[in-house]
Amino acid sequence: MAGGAREAAEAAARHSYGRLLAILAAGTRDIAAAEEALSEALLAALTHWPERGVPANPDAWLLTAARRAHLDTLRHGKVAGAAESEIARRIADAAAAARDFPDERLKLLFVCAHPAIDEAVRTPLMLQTVLGLDAARIAQAFVVPAAAMSQRLVRAKTKIRDSGVRFAVPEAAELPARLEDVLNAIYAAYGAGWDDLGGTAGVQGLSGEAIYLGRLVCTLAPDQPEPKGLLALMLYCEARRAARRDAAGRFVPLGRQDTTLWSRDMIIEAEGLLTAASRAGSFGRFQCEAAIQSVHAQRAATGAVNHEALKVLYDLLAERAPSIGVTVSRAAAVLDAGDPASALAALDVADTERVVSYQPFFVVRARVLQALGRRAEAELALADAIGLTQDEAVRAHLRGG
Amino acid sequence: MQYMLILTEPAEEFAKRNDPVHAATYWGGWSAYIAAMQEAGIVRNGDGLQPPAMATTVRVRDGKRTVQDGPYADAKEQLGGYFIIDVPDLDTALDWAAKSPSASYAAVEVRPVLPPMKASAG
Repeated sequence: MAGGAREAAEAAARHSYGRLLAILAAGTRDIAAAEEALSEALLAALTHWPERGVPANPDAWLLTAARRAHLDTLRHGKVAGAAESEIARRIADAAAAARDFPDERLKLLFVCAHPAIDEAVRTPLMLQTVLGLDAARIAQAFVVPAAAMSQRLVRAKTKIRDSGVRFAVPEAAELPARLEDVLNAIYAAYGAGWDDLGGTAGVQGLSGEAIYLGRLVCTLAPDQPEPKGLLALMLYCEARRAARRDAAGRFVPLGRQDTTLWSRDMIIEAEGLLTAASRAGSFGRFQCEAAIQSVHAQRAATGAVNHEALKVLYDLLAERAPSIGVTVSRAAAVLDAGDPASALAALDVADTERVVSYQPFFVVRARVLQALGRRAEAELALADAIGLTQDEAVRAHLRGG
Repeated sequence: MQYMLILTEPAEEFAKRNDPVHAATYWGGWSAYIAAMQEAGIVRNGDGLQPPAMATTVRVRDGKRTVQDGPYADAKEQLGGYFIIDVPDLDTALDWAAKSPSASYAAVEVRPVLPPMKASAG
Protein backbone atom coordinates (compact mmCIF):
# COMPACT_ATOMS: atom_id res chain seq x y z
CA MET A 1 0.00 0.00 0.00
CA ALA A 2 1.24 3.47 -0.84
CA GLY A 3 2.80 5.50 1.98
CA GLY A 4 0.18 8.22 1.62
CA ALA A 5 -2.69 5.81 2.13
CA ARG A 6 -0.92 4.22 5.11
CA GLU A 7 -0.45 7.65 6.67
CA ALA A 8 -4.11 8.48 6.06
CA ALA A 9 -5.17 5.24 7.75
CA GLU A 10 -2.88 5.92 10.70
CA ALA A 11 -4.19 9.47 10.97
CA ALA A 12 -7.78 8.18 10.94
CA ALA A 13 -6.95 5.63 13.65
CA ARG A 14 -5.30 8.29 15.84
CA HIS A 15 -8.12 10.75 15.21
CA SER A 16 -10.74 8.24 16.34
CA TYR A 17 -8.61 7.00 19.21
CA GLY A 18 -8.07 10.51 20.61
CA ARG A 19 -11.76 11.33 20.38
CA LEU A 20 -12.79 8.15 22.17
CA LEU A 21 -10.09 8.42 24.80
CA ALA A 22 -11.14 11.99 25.54
CA ILE A 23 -14.76 10.90 26.00
CA LEU A 24 -13.88 8.04 28.33
CA ALA A 25 -11.33 10.04 30.33
CA ALA A 26 -13.45 13.20 30.65
CA GLY A 27 -16.17 11.16 32.33
CA THR A 28 -13.91 9.38 34.79
CA ARG A 29 -10.68 11.47 35.01
CA ASP A 30 -9.02 8.07 34.72
CA ILE A 31 -6.79 8.35 31.66
CA ALA A 32 -4.90 5.13 32.40
CA ALA A 33 -8.08 3.04 32.55
CA ALA A 34 -9.38 4.65 29.36
CA GLU A 35 -6.08 3.94 27.62
CA GLU A 36 -6.14 0.36 28.76
CA ALA A 37 -9.65 -0.08 27.41
CA LEU A 38 -8.70 1.37 24.02
CA SER A 39 -5.08 0.30 23.56
CA GLU A 40 -5.72 -3.06 21.94
CA ALA A 41 -8.36 -1.54 19.70
CA LEU A 42 -5.86 1.09 18.54
CA LEU A 43 -3.20 -1.55 17.88
CA ALA A 44 -5.70 -3.56 15.84
CA ALA A 45 -6.70 -0.44 13.89
CA LEU A 46 -3.07 0.46 13.16
CA THR A 47 -2.58 -3.08 11.82
CA HIS A 48 -5.81 -3.54 9.85
CA TRP A 49 -6.76 -0.12 8.51
CA PRO A 50 -3.63 0.53 6.42
CA GLU A 51 -4.15 -2.86 4.75
CA ARG A 52 -7.91 -3.07 4.41
CA GLY A 53 -8.84 0.59 4.37
CA VAL A 54 -10.47 2.81 6.97
CA PRO A 55 -13.91 1.47 8.00
CA ALA A 56 -17.01 3.53 7.23
CA ASN A 57 -17.54 4.35 10.91
CA PRO A 58 -14.07 4.32 12.51
CA ASP A 59 -15.38 5.19 16.00
CA ALA A 60 -17.83 2.28 15.99
CA TRP A 61 -15.09 -0.07 14.76
CA LEU A 62 -12.75 1.00 17.58
CA LEU A 63 -15.48 0.80 20.20
CA THR A 64 -16.42 -2.72 19.10
CA ALA A 65 -12.80 -3.80 19.23
CA ALA A 66 -12.37 -2.11 22.62
CA ARG A 67 -15.43 -3.81 24.05
CA ARG A 68 -14.25 -7.18 22.79
CA ALA A 69 -10.79 -6.68 24.31
CA HIS A 70 -12.33 -5.49 27.55
CA LEU A 71 -14.61 -8.52 27.80
CA ASP A 72 -11.61 -10.76 27.11
CA THR A 73 -9.73 -9.11 29.94
CA LEU A 74 -12.65 -9.59 32.29
CA ARG A 75 -13.07 -13.21 31.20
CA HIS A 76 -9.45 -13.94 32.01
CA GLY A 77 -9.94 -12.29 35.36
CA LYS A 78 -6.91 -10.08 34.82
CA VAL A 79 -8.45 -6.88 36.06
CA ALA A 80 -11.56 -6.16 37.97
CA GLY A 81 -12.70 -3.13 39.86
CA ALA A 82 -14.95 -0.14 39.91
CA ALA A 83 -12.97 1.87 37.32
CA GLU A 84 -13.00 -1.05 34.90
CA SER A 85 -16.74 -1.58 34.96
CA GLU A 86 -17.29 2.19 34.77
CA ILE A 87 -15.16 2.22 31.61
CA ALA A 88 -17.14 -0.73 30.20
CA ARG A 89 -20.39 1.15 30.83
CA ARG A 90 -19.01 4.23 29.12
CA ILE A 91 -17.83 2.24 26.11
CA ALA A 92 -21.36 0.89 25.82
CA ASP A 93 -22.81 4.42 26.14
CA ALA A 94 -20.45 5.77 23.48
CA ALA A 95 -21.30 2.86 21.16
CA ALA A 96 -25.00 3.57 21.64
CA ALA A 97 -24.46 7.26 20.84
CA ALA A 98 -22.73 6.10 17.62
CA ARG A 99 -21.25 9.18 16.04
CA ASP A 100 -23.19 11.78 17.95
CA PHE A 101 -20.82 12.43 20.80
CA PRO A 102 -19.06 15.73 21.33
CA ASP A 103 -15.35 16.18 20.69
CA GLU A 104 -13.77 16.38 24.14
CA ARG A 105 -10.19 16.53 22.92
CA LEU A 106 -9.82 20.23 23.70
CA LYS A 107 -10.61 19.48 27.36
CA LEU A 108 -8.08 16.68 27.27
CA LEU A 109 -5.42 19.05 25.86
CA PHE A 110 -6.12 21.53 28.66
CA VAL A 111 -5.78 18.74 31.22
CA CYS A 112 -2.47 17.57 29.71
CA ALA A 113 -1.08 21.13 29.87
CA HIS A 114 -2.66 21.92 33.25
CA PRO A 115 -0.45 24.09 35.50
CA ALA A 116 -0.69 21.37 38.18
CA ILE A 117 1.10 18.96 35.81
CA ASP A 118 4.90 18.99 35.57
CA GLU A 119 5.84 21.01 32.50
CA ALA A 120 8.28 18.38 31.23
CA VAL A 121 5.57 15.73 30.92
CA ARG A 122 2.85 17.88 29.28
CA THR A 123 3.99 17.25 25.70
CA PRO A 124 4.51 13.49 26.17
CA LEU A 125 1.08 13.29 27.82
CA MET A 126 -0.58 14.98 24.83
CA LEU A 127 1.20 12.73 22.36
CA GLN A 128 0.17 9.65 24.27
CA THR A 129 -3.44 10.52 25.06
CA VAL A 130 -4.54 12.48 21.99
CA LEU A 131 -2.53 10.56 19.40
CA GLY A 132 -2.02 7.20 21.07
CA LEU A 133 1.78 7.23 20.62
CA ASP A 134 3.47 4.69 22.85
CA ALA A 135 5.88 5.72 25.59
CA ALA A 136 8.88 4.15 23.84
CA ARG A 137 8.35 6.24 20.71
CA ILE A 138 7.90 9.42 22.76
CA ALA A 139 10.97 8.62 24.87
CA GLN A 140 13.01 8.17 21.72
CA ALA A 141 12.03 11.59 20.37
CA PHE A 142 12.90 13.29 23.65
CA VAL A 143 16.09 11.25 24.05
CA VAL A 144 15.00 9.88 27.43
CA PRO A 145 15.14 6.20 28.53
CA ALA A 146 11.80 4.51 27.77
CA ALA A 147 11.33 3.31 31.35
CA ALA A 148 11.82 6.83 32.71
CA MET A 149 9.32 8.25 30.23
CA SER A 150 6.73 5.57 31.11
CA GLN A 151 7.16 6.33 34.77
CA ARG A 152 6.67 10.08 34.26
CA LEU A 153 3.53 9.45 32.24
CA VAL A 154 2.10 7.08 34.82
CA ARG A 155 2.80 9.57 37.61
CA ALA A 156 1.11 12.40 35.70
CA LYS A 157 -1.99 10.33 34.99
CA THR A 158 -2.23 9.32 38.63
CA LYS A 159 -2.01 12.98 39.64
CA ILE A 160 -4.77 13.92 37.19
CA ARG A 161 -7.05 11.21 38.54
CA ASP A 162 -6.28 11.39 42.27
CA SER A 163 -5.93 15.15 42.65
CA GLY A 164 -9.12 15.77 40.71
CA VAL A 165 -7.90 17.95 37.84
CA ARG A 166 -10.89 19.49 36.08
CA PHE A 167 -11.74 18.28 32.56
CA ALA A 168 -13.03 21.53 31.14
CA VAL A 169 -12.21 24.37 28.81
CA PRO A 170 -11.10 27.24 31.09
CA GLU A 171 -13.29 30.31 31.51
CA ALA A 172 -12.65 33.39 29.40
CA ALA A 173 -10.51 35.21 31.98
CA GLU A 174 -8.16 32.26 32.34
CA LEU A 175 -8.26 31.09 28.74
CA PRO A 176 -5.35 33.01 27.17
CA ALA A 177 -2.80 31.88 29.77
CA ARG A 178 -4.05 28.30 29.79
CA LEU A 179 -4.14 28.18 25.99
CA GLU A 180 -0.54 29.39 25.90
CA ASP A 181 0.43 26.38 28.04
CA VAL A 182 -1.29 24.08 25.53
CA LEU A 183 0.42 25.76 22.58
CA ASN A 184 3.83 25.70 24.29
CA ALA A 185 3.47 21.96 24.82
CA ILE A 186 2.58 21.42 21.16
CA TYR A 187 5.49 23.57 20.03
CA ALA A 188 7.81 21.51 22.24
CA ALA A 189 6.67 18.43 20.29
CA TYR A 190 7.59 20.21 17.07
CA GLY A 191 11.01 21.08 18.46
CA ALA A 192 11.76 17.51 19.59
CA GLY A 193 14.38 16.15 17.24
CA TRP A 194 14.50 19.34 15.17
CA ASP A 195 18.23 19.86 15.73
CA ASP A 196 19.00 16.35 14.65
CA LEU A 197 19.13 16.93 10.91
CA GLY A 198 18.28 13.79 9.01
CA GLY A 199 18.30 11.73 12.17
CA THR A 200 22.07 11.26 12.55
CA ALA A 201 21.60 10.59 16.27
CA GLY A 202 18.72 8.22 15.54
CA VAL A 203 16.16 10.71 16.76
CA GLN A 204 12.92 10.59 14.86
CA GLY A 205 11.19 13.93 15.17
CA LEU A 206 7.56 14.58 15.95
CA SER A 207 6.87 17.43 13.55
CA GLY A 208 3.97 15.64 11.84
CA GLU A 209 2.38 14.89 15.20
CA ALA A 210 2.85 18.49 16.37
CA ILE A 211 1.29 19.88 13.20
CA TYR A 212 -1.65 17.50 13.67
CA LEU A 213 -2.15 18.81 17.21
CA GLY A 214 -1.80 22.39 15.96
CA ARG A 215 -4.53 21.82 13.38
CA LEU A 216 -6.69 20.18 16.03
CA VAL A 217 -6.52 23.21 18.35
CA CYS A 218 -7.27 25.54 15.42
CA THR A 219 -10.39 23.48 14.68
CA LEU A 220 -11.53 23.16 18.29
CA ALA A 221 -10.83 26.80 19.27
CA PRO A 222 -11.63 28.59 16.01
CA ASP A 223 -12.03 32.04 17.61
CA GLN A 224 -8.55 32.10 19.10
CA PRO A 225 -5.73 33.71 17.08
CA GLU A 226 -2.71 32.17 18.79
CA PRO A 227 -3.33 28.55 17.69
CA LYS A 228 -3.34 29.83 14.10
CA GLY A 229 -0.08 31.64 14.86
CA LEU A 230 1.49 28.45 16.16
CA LEU A 231 0.29 26.37 13.22
CA ALA A 232 1.62 29.01 10.80
CA LEU A 233 4.97 29.04 12.61
CA MET A 234 5.31 25.26 12.36
CA LEU A 235 4.29 25.23 8.69
CA TYR A 236 6.84 27.95 7.78
CA CYS A 237 9.57 25.86 9.44
CA GLU A 238 8.30 22.62 7.94
CA ALA A 239 8.20 24.20 4.47
CA ARG A 240 11.99 24.53 4.60
CA ARG A 241 12.74 20.96 5.62
CA ALA A 242 14.04 19.82 2.20
CA ALA A 243 16.36 22.84 1.99
CA ARG A 244 18.04 22.39 5.36
CA ARG A 245 20.67 20.08 3.87
CA ASP A 246 22.35 20.06 0.48
CA ALA A 247 22.67 17.03 -1.84
CA ALA A 248 25.82 15.96 -0.01
CA GLY A 249 24.03 16.07 3.34
CA ARG A 250 25.73 19.28 4.47
CA PHE A 251 23.92 21.74 6.73
CA VAL A 252 22.58 24.82 4.93
CA PRO A 253 21.81 27.88 7.08
CA LEU A 254 18.48 29.63 6.49
CA GLY A 255 20.00 32.62 4.66
CA ARG A 256 21.66 30.38 2.08
CA GLN A 257 18.87 27.88 1.51
CA ASP A 258 17.66 27.28 -2.03
CA THR A 259 14.20 28.80 -1.88
CA THR A 260 12.96 26.66 -4.77
CA LEU A 261 13.18 23.71 -2.37
CA TRP A 262 10.75 25.35 0.06
CA SER A 263 7.19 24.01 0.04
CA ARG A 264 5.06 26.67 -1.59
CA ASP A 265 1.84 25.04 -0.43
CA MET A 266 2.85 25.12 3.21
CA ILE A 267 4.02 28.74 2.99
CA ILE A 268 0.74 29.78 1.36
CA GLU A 269 -1.23 27.98 4.07
CA ALA A 270 0.90 29.64 6.76
CA GLU A 271 0.36 33.11 5.23
CA GLY A 272 -3.40 32.48 5.18
CA LEU A 273 -3.39 31.40 8.84
CA LEU A 274 -1.40 34.45 9.88
CA THR A 275 -3.81 36.76 8.08
CA ALA A 276 -6.81 35.01 9.64
CA ALA A 277 -5.18 35.26 13.08
CA SER A 278 -4.54 38.99 12.69
CA ARG A 279 -8.28 39.61 12.26
CA ALA A 280 -8.78 38.88 15.97
CA GLY A 281 -6.80 42.04 16.69
CA SER A 282 -4.78 40.43 19.45
CA PHE A 283 -1.11 39.98 18.61
CA GLY A 284 0.60 37.26 20.60
CA ARG A 285 3.87 35.43 20.90
CA PHE A 286 3.17 32.72 18.32
CA GLN A 287 1.80 35.16 15.75
CA CYS A 288 4.95 37.21 16.31
CA GLU A 289 7.23 34.20 15.78
CA ALA A 290 5.26 33.22 12.69
CA ALA A 291 5.55 36.78 11.36
CA ILE A 292 9.34 36.52 11.72
CA GLN A 293 9.30 33.34 9.66
CA SER A 294 7.03 35.06 7.15
CA VAL A 295 9.72 37.73 6.64
CA HIS A 296 12.24 34.98 5.89
CA ALA A 297 9.75 33.24 3.58
CA GLN A 298 9.40 36.42 1.51
CA ARG A 299 12.96 35.88 0.28
CA ALA A 300 11.50 33.25 -2.07
CA ALA A 301 9.63 36.03 -3.86
CA THR A 302 11.86 39.09 -3.36
CA GLY A 303 15.30 37.51 -3.21
CA ALA A 304 16.12 39.62 -0.15
CA VAL A 305 15.47 39.58 3.61
CA ASN A 306 13.94 42.65 5.22
CA HIS A 307 16.28 42.96 8.22
CA GLU A 308 14.58 46.08 9.54
CA ALA A 309 11.25 44.23 9.74
CA LEU A 310 12.99 41.37 11.55
CA LYS A 311 14.47 43.78 14.08
CA VAL A 312 11.06 45.28 14.84
CA LEU A 313 9.47 41.83 15.21
CA TYR A 314 12.23 40.59 17.49
CA ASP A 315 11.74 43.66 19.68
CA LEU A 316 8.03 42.81 19.93
CA LEU A 317 8.85 39.20 20.67
CA ALA A 318 11.35 40.18 23.38
CA GLU A 319 8.55 42.11 25.10
CA ARG A 320 6.15 39.17 24.95
CA ALA A 321 8.36 36.19 25.47
CA PRO A 322 11.89 37.18 26.49
CA SER A 323 14.37 34.33 26.22
CA ILE A 324 18.00 33.76 25.37
CA GLY A 325 16.88 32.52 21.95
CA VAL A 326 15.11 35.80 21.23
CA THR A 327 18.09 37.87 22.41
CA VAL A 328 20.45 35.97 20.12
CA SER A 329 18.12 35.98 17.11
CA ARG A 330 17.54 39.70 17.54
CA ALA A 331 21.31 40.30 17.62
CA ALA A 332 21.64 38.28 14.39
CA ALA A 333 18.97 40.47 12.77
CA VAL A 334 20.80 43.63 13.91
CA LEU A 335 24.06 42.26 12.50
CA ASP A 336 22.44 41.38 9.19
CA ALA A 337 20.96 44.86 9.07
CA GLY A 338 24.57 46.08 8.97
CA ASP A 339 25.15 47.17 12.57
CA PRO A 340 27.64 44.76 14.18
CA ALA A 341 28.48 47.14 17.04
CA SER A 342 24.86 47.25 18.23
CA ALA A 343 24.60 43.49 17.70
CA LEU A 344 27.55 42.95 20.04
CA ALA A 345 26.01 45.27 22.63
CA ALA A 346 22.76 43.26 22.40
CA LEU A 347 24.67 40.02 23.01
CA ASP A 348 26.64 41.49 25.90
CA VAL A 349 23.51 42.06 27.98
CA ALA A 350 22.52 38.38 27.69
CA ASP A 351 22.43 36.43 30.93
CA THR A 352 25.90 34.91 31.14
CA GLU A 353 24.74 31.91 33.11
CA ARG A 354 22.27 30.93 30.45
CA VAL A 355 24.54 31.41 27.43
CA VAL A 356 27.31 29.03 28.55
CA SER A 357 25.60 26.03 26.99
CA TYR A 358 23.62 27.84 24.28
CA GLN A 359 25.29 27.10 20.96
CA PRO A 360 23.53 29.78 18.83
CA PHE A 361 24.89 32.50 21.15
CA PHE A 362 28.46 31.58 20.23
CA VAL A 363 27.66 31.16 16.53
CA VAL A 364 26.22 34.68 16.34
CA ARG A 365 28.93 36.12 18.58
CA ALA A 366 31.60 34.68 16.28
CA ARG A 367 29.92 36.26 13.26
CA VAL A 368 29.58 39.62 15.03
CA LEU A 369 33.23 39.67 16.14
CA GLN A 370 34.32 38.66 12.65
CA ALA A 371 32.33 41.58 11.20
CA LEU A 372 34.05 43.91 13.67
CA GLY A 373 37.47 42.62 12.61
CA ARG A 374 38.15 41.09 16.05
CA ARG A 375 39.36 37.84 14.53
CA ALA A 376 41.11 36.22 17.50
CA GLU A 377 38.00 36.61 19.69
CA ALA A 378 35.84 35.41 16.81
CA GLU A 379 37.94 32.22 16.59
CA LEU A 380 37.43 31.58 20.30
CA ALA A 381 33.66 32.05 20.04
CA LEU A 382 33.55 29.73 17.03
CA ALA A 383 35.50 27.07 18.91
CA ASP A 384 32.95 27.32 21.74
CA ALA A 385 30.11 26.98 19.23
CA ILE A 386 31.67 23.87 17.65
CA GLY A 387 32.21 22.36 21.09
CA LEU A 388 28.51 22.80 21.88
CA THR A 389 27.25 21.28 18.61
CA GLN A 390 25.98 17.70 18.69
CA ASP A 391 25.16 17.34 15.03
CA GLU A 392 28.13 16.39 12.83
CA ALA A 393 26.68 18.16 9.77
CA VAL A 394 26.34 21.42 11.68
CA ARG A 395 29.84 21.03 13.14
CA ALA A 396 31.23 20.55 9.65
CA HIS A 397 29.38 23.65 8.51
CA LEU A 398 30.84 25.74 11.36
CA ARG A 399 34.37 24.48 10.73
CA GLY A 400 34.03 25.36 7.07
CA GLY A 401 33.14 28.91 8.17
CA MET B 1 -13.62 16.01 46.59
CA GLN B 2 -12.07 17.17 49.83
CA TYR B 3 -8.87 19.17 49.83
CA MET B 4 -6.72 20.57 52.58
CA LEU B 5 -5.56 24.13 52.08
CA ILE B 6 -2.26 24.28 53.92
CA LEU B 7 -1.66 27.93 54.70
CA THR B 8 1.86 29.10 55.45
CA GLU B 9 3.11 32.43 56.72
CA PRO B 10 6.48 34.12 57.17
CA ALA B 11 7.56 35.47 60.58
CA GLU B 12 6.57 39.08 59.69
CA GLU B 13 2.96 38.03 59.16
CA PHE B 14 2.79 36.01 62.38
CA ALA B 15 4.11 39.16 64.12
CA LYS B 16 1.23 41.23 62.73
CA ARG B 17 -1.32 39.23 64.71
CA ASN B 18 -0.55 41.14 67.91
CA ASP B 19 0.89 44.30 66.43
CA PRO B 20 -1.28 47.32 67.40
CA VAL B 21 -0.74 48.94 63.99
CA HIS B 22 -1.27 45.91 61.76
CA ALA B 23 -3.49 43.53 63.70
CA ALA B 24 -6.80 44.95 62.45
CA THR B 25 -5.81 44.68 58.79
CA TYR B 26 -4.31 41.24 59.32
CA TRP B 27 -7.37 39.76 61.02
CA GLY B 28 -9.73 41.67 58.72
CA GLY B 29 -8.23 39.96 55.67
CA TRP B 30 -8.61 36.51 57.19
CA SER B 31 -12.15 37.18 58.46
CA ALA B 32 -13.28 38.24 55.00
CA TYR B 33 -11.71 35.17 53.43
CA ILE B 34 -13.24 32.78 55.94
CA ALA B 35 -16.64 34.46 55.61
CA ALA B 36 -16.53 34.05 51.82
CA MET B 37 -15.71 30.34 52.13
CA GLN B 38 -18.46 29.82 54.69
CA GLU B 39 -20.92 31.66 52.50
CA ALA B 40 -20.04 29.25 49.69
CA GLY B 41 -20.71 26.36 52.07
CA ILE B 42 -17.50 24.53 51.27
CA VAL B 43 -15.72 24.50 54.65
CA ARG B 44 -15.70 21.12 56.38
CA ASN B 45 -13.15 22.02 58.98
CA GLY B 46 -10.40 24.53 59.64
CA ASP B 47 -8.38 26.38 62.22
CA GLY B 48 -5.72 28.99 62.60
CA LEU B 49 -2.70 27.87 64.56
CA GLN B 50 -0.67 29.61 67.22
CA PRO B 51 2.71 30.80 65.92
CA PRO B 52 5.63 28.43 65.35
CA ALA B 53 7.35 29.66 68.51
CA MET B 54 4.62 27.81 70.40
CA ALA B 55 5.38 24.56 68.58
CA THR B 56 7.01 21.54 70.19
CA THR B 57 8.25 18.67 68.07
CA VAL B 58 8.62 15.09 69.21
CA ARG B 59 10.50 12.22 67.61
CA VAL B 60 10.91 8.63 68.79
CA ARG B 61 14.07 6.82 67.69
CA ASP B 62 14.97 3.32 68.91
CA GLY B 63 12.25 3.67 71.50
CA LYS B 64 13.81 6.87 72.83
CA ARG B 65 11.76 10.03 72.83
CA THR B 66 13.32 13.38 72.00
CA VAL B 67 11.34 16.54 72.43
CA GLN B 68 12.43 19.75 70.80
CA ASP B 69 11.32 23.35 71.00
CA GLY B 70 10.03 24.68 67.68
CA PRO B 71 8.44 23.39 64.45
CA TYR B 72 9.48 20.17 62.66
CA ALA B 73 11.16 21.96 59.77
CA ASP B 74 13.24 25.10 59.87
CA ALA B 75 11.70 27.00 56.97
CA LYS B 76 11.15 30.66 56.20
CA GLU B 77 7.42 30.04 55.92
CA GLN B 78 5.62 28.08 58.59
CA LEU B 79 2.21 26.50 58.89
CA GLY B 80 -0.25 29.14 60.08
CA GLY B 81 -3.54 27.36 59.62
CA TYR B 82 -5.53 24.98 57.47
CA PHE B 83 -8.95 24.37 56.00
CA ILE B 84 -10.60 21.23 54.73
CA ILE B 85 -12.88 22.22 51.86
CA ASP B 86 -15.27 20.14 49.79
CA VAL B 87 -15.34 21.24 46.15
CA PRO B 88 -15.91 19.50 42.78
CA ASP B 89 -12.31 19.53 41.55
CA LEU B 90 -8.70 20.68 41.99
CA ASP B 91 -9.25 23.79 39.88
CA THR B 92 -11.95 25.04 42.25
CA ALA B 93 -9.72 24.28 45.24
CA LEU B 94 -6.88 26.24 43.60
CA ASP B 95 -9.23 29.19 43.03
CA TRP B 96 -10.07 29.25 46.74
CA ALA B 97 -6.42 28.85 47.69
CA ALA B 98 -5.52 31.81 45.49
CA LYS B 99 -8.05 33.99 47.33
CA SER B 100 -6.44 33.48 50.73
CA PRO B 101 -4.54 36.50 52.09
CA SER B 102 -1.36 34.46 52.47
CA ALA B 103 -1.32 33.36 48.80
CA SER B 104 -0.08 36.83 47.87
CA TYR B 105 2.84 36.93 50.31
CA ALA B 106 3.56 33.27 51.13
CA ALA B 107 2.23 30.01 49.68
CA VAL B 108 -0.78 27.77 49.94
CA GLU B 109 -0.36 24.07 49.37
CA VAL B 110 -3.44 22.23 48.14
CA ARG B 111 -3.68 18.50 48.85
CA PRO B 112 -6.50 16.07 48.20
CA VAL B 113 -7.67 14.36 51.38
CA LEU B 114 -7.53 10.57 51.46
CA PRO B 115 -10.91 8.85 51.68
CA PRO B 116 -11.68 7.77 55.27
CA MET B 117 -9.70 4.72 56.33
CA LYS B 118 -11.68 1.55 56.83
CA ALA B 119 -11.77 0.39 60.43
CA SER B 120 -9.04 -2.19 60.87
CA ALA B 121 -10.31 -5.69 60.22
CA GLY B 122 -11.20 -7.44 63.44
